[in-house]
Amino acid sequence: MNIISISKREDLPQKKEWLIRALAVALSIVCAGLVIRILGYNPLQVIPSMVSGAVGTEIRLQQTILKAIPLVVTSLGILVAFKMKFWNIGGEGQIIMGALGASYVALNIEGLPKFATLILMMIAAMILGGFWAFIPAFFKAKMGVNETIFTLMLNYIAIKFVTYLQYGPWKSPDSQGFPKVATFSNNAILPKLFGIHIGWIIALVLVVLVHLFINHTKKGYEITVVGESQETARYAGMNISQIIIVATLISGGLCGLTGMIQASAVEKTLSATLSGGYGFTAIITAWFARLNAIAVLFVCIAFAILLQGGAYIQISMQIPASVADMIQGIILFFVLGSEFFLQYRVNINRKRLNAKEVA
Amino acid sequence: MDGFLAAAIVASMPMMFATIGEIITEKSGLLNLGVEGLMLMGGIMGFVLGYETGNPWMAILGAILAGGVGSLVYAILTISLRANQVVTGLTLTIFGAGFASFVGKTYVGLVVPPALKEFFARIHLPILGDIPFLGPIFFRQDPFIYFGYLVVLVSSIYLYRTRFGLNLKAVGESAASADASGINVTLYKYLHTCIGGALCGLGGAYMSLVMMSSWQENIVAGRGWIAVALVIFASWNPVKAMIGSFLFGGLSILGFRLQSMGINISQYWVDMLPYAATILIIILSSRKNKKENQPPADLSNPYFREER
Repeated sequence: MNIISISKREDLPQKKEWLIRALAVALSIVCAGLVIRILGYNPLQVIPSMVSGAVGTEIRLQQTILKAIPLVVTSLGILVAFKMKFWNIGGEGQIIMGALGASYVALNIEGLPKFATLILMMIAAMILGGFWAFIPAFFKAKMGVNETIFTLMLNYIAIKFVTYLQYGPWKSPDSQGFPKVATFSNNAILPKLFGIHIGWIIALVLVVLVHLFINHTKKGYEITVVGESQETARYAGMNISQIIIVATLISGGLCGLTGMIQASAVEKTLSATLSGGYGFTAIITAWFARLNAIAVLFVCIAFAILLQGGAYIQISMQIPASVADMIQGIILFFVLGSEFFLQYRVNINRKRLNAKEVA
Repeated sequence: MDGFLAAAIVASMPMMFATIGEIITEKSGLLNLGVEGLMLMGGIMGFVLGYETGNPWMAILGAILAGGVGSLVYAILTISLRANQVVTGLTLTIFGAGFASFVGKTYVGLVVPPALKEFFARIHLPILGDIPFLGPIFFRQDPFIYFGYLVVLVSSIYLYRTRFGLNLKAVGESAASADASGINVTLYKYLHTCIGGALCGLGGAYMSLVMMSSWQENIVAGRGWIAVALVIFASWNPVKAMIGSFLFGGLSILGFRLQSMGINISQYWVDMLPYAATILIIILSSRKNKKENQPPADLSNPYFREER
């Protein structure tokens, strides 16, 4: 018998679970504070400044929500794939391809009413985003090709392709030689509600829809079963290839929709940098939400606060963006580590400890 | 032609170090997706120490420590705390990129000091360097590359011909059986994750110290991810890792060569080649079902003795 032994927790009360998480976040903030100190800044100024930069005024809060929207939609997409243990790390590429589809509609189809244009852009975005996820899903389902690397490589190809369009055939003649795609007409731009583009409504609706899909539909249930065990799914007579393909189409389609939202409402054009790392950040947020659609909403808002706070201290305190990245990394490391204490109980054998002390 | 191939060797080195590093890590059953971040950390620490001390050995030590410490964080989280390997690896990449960008902020555009340039200058190896065709390609290179050859050799012998290598294989194939036969599974996993990380760090340092001889923002530019893919291409074999890196090194400088030869092809299409080739490779390598080409059976399964 060792002094310290570890055993799996059978069930942990919800309250205690969130207490441990909160403790991890608190600890990580202390640690991040130490790092900020080492880097030569005052953490007692930096951390409050980050918070106030994210939620301090109405405009800053709007900025935070603007960052939360793409994160929520992409995380939902990632969630559907991850539920099935399909490691889709190609969110970036799917966002870009979605933006490409939306932009094609926005730049080429004229004369439709605004509503129809926007719907058509969304459909085009979801088809192209879905297609970009379908390619690796097809090879995974038919030949067992590793999807992690496949989806990742497709990111680079999508980015290079859009860069090519941006510098070549799609370059706007009005841009005075600057490599830029033409700006969308007003018809192709998402309207605003309460000062923020209606992407926030889309995101909220999708949270509910994905939650219902995963927990209350047959397909959603099948996706979860395939993720838990392909053997079980096969015994139950499920068509695994079909489930993999449907789930990744949804996953890529949602990421593509993010591309449409960003192109239409934020950039108002197509650019190779519009995915802004959301495809990667969404993996982390989806994971921390424990692949639960409702939790995704809250985790993404927390993350958006971190992102916006990081952007704010660049301007207010001239702290480089890289510091915010490091703080983000440190907080993530702590939260990742804390998951262990949620799942396992560390027992200290006091008898043995005392015996040792006596001896 | 041999000029192009010699340049391809240079371009292949960062990926080769990182691929072999990741092979060693994966052999112990851990999938570390933080390679890109580790290369950036090694690249910047190697450059900073080299720049500040003017001592090439300090530069190399800095790169090894940066990669080693970075992967130690990964090891603690995934081995001892059983965190998800994919998410931890991605987080390591985010952290590493932030770290390199912050530390490197004041070094952007600076060039390595002359003492290092001299140390890493090309050496025409006697006899070997005079072999027709092969000599100019392989043996008129810089000492860092010769060290790379040595890493291929030593890691091949270590993995296939020593007791430690066989034990490592056992850990990666089935941690439970290895544990039952008395191998210290945790120690093996920690040690090889850190060695792997140190090699990734060296790959990054090759970029900043020798290949570019200067520090640039995001210097690694996706090579870490290609290395993760090359591990599959190489089917966990260091010699094949060298061949794969060589092919990719060639592809990555092809566009530049073609343009200088007057062949007009869009840079963006050429830039896609390494990534498209990676996809082709993983599709093709999924078709060969030979036993030695398979990943370690216990790859990315956390091992927990109490749950056996």
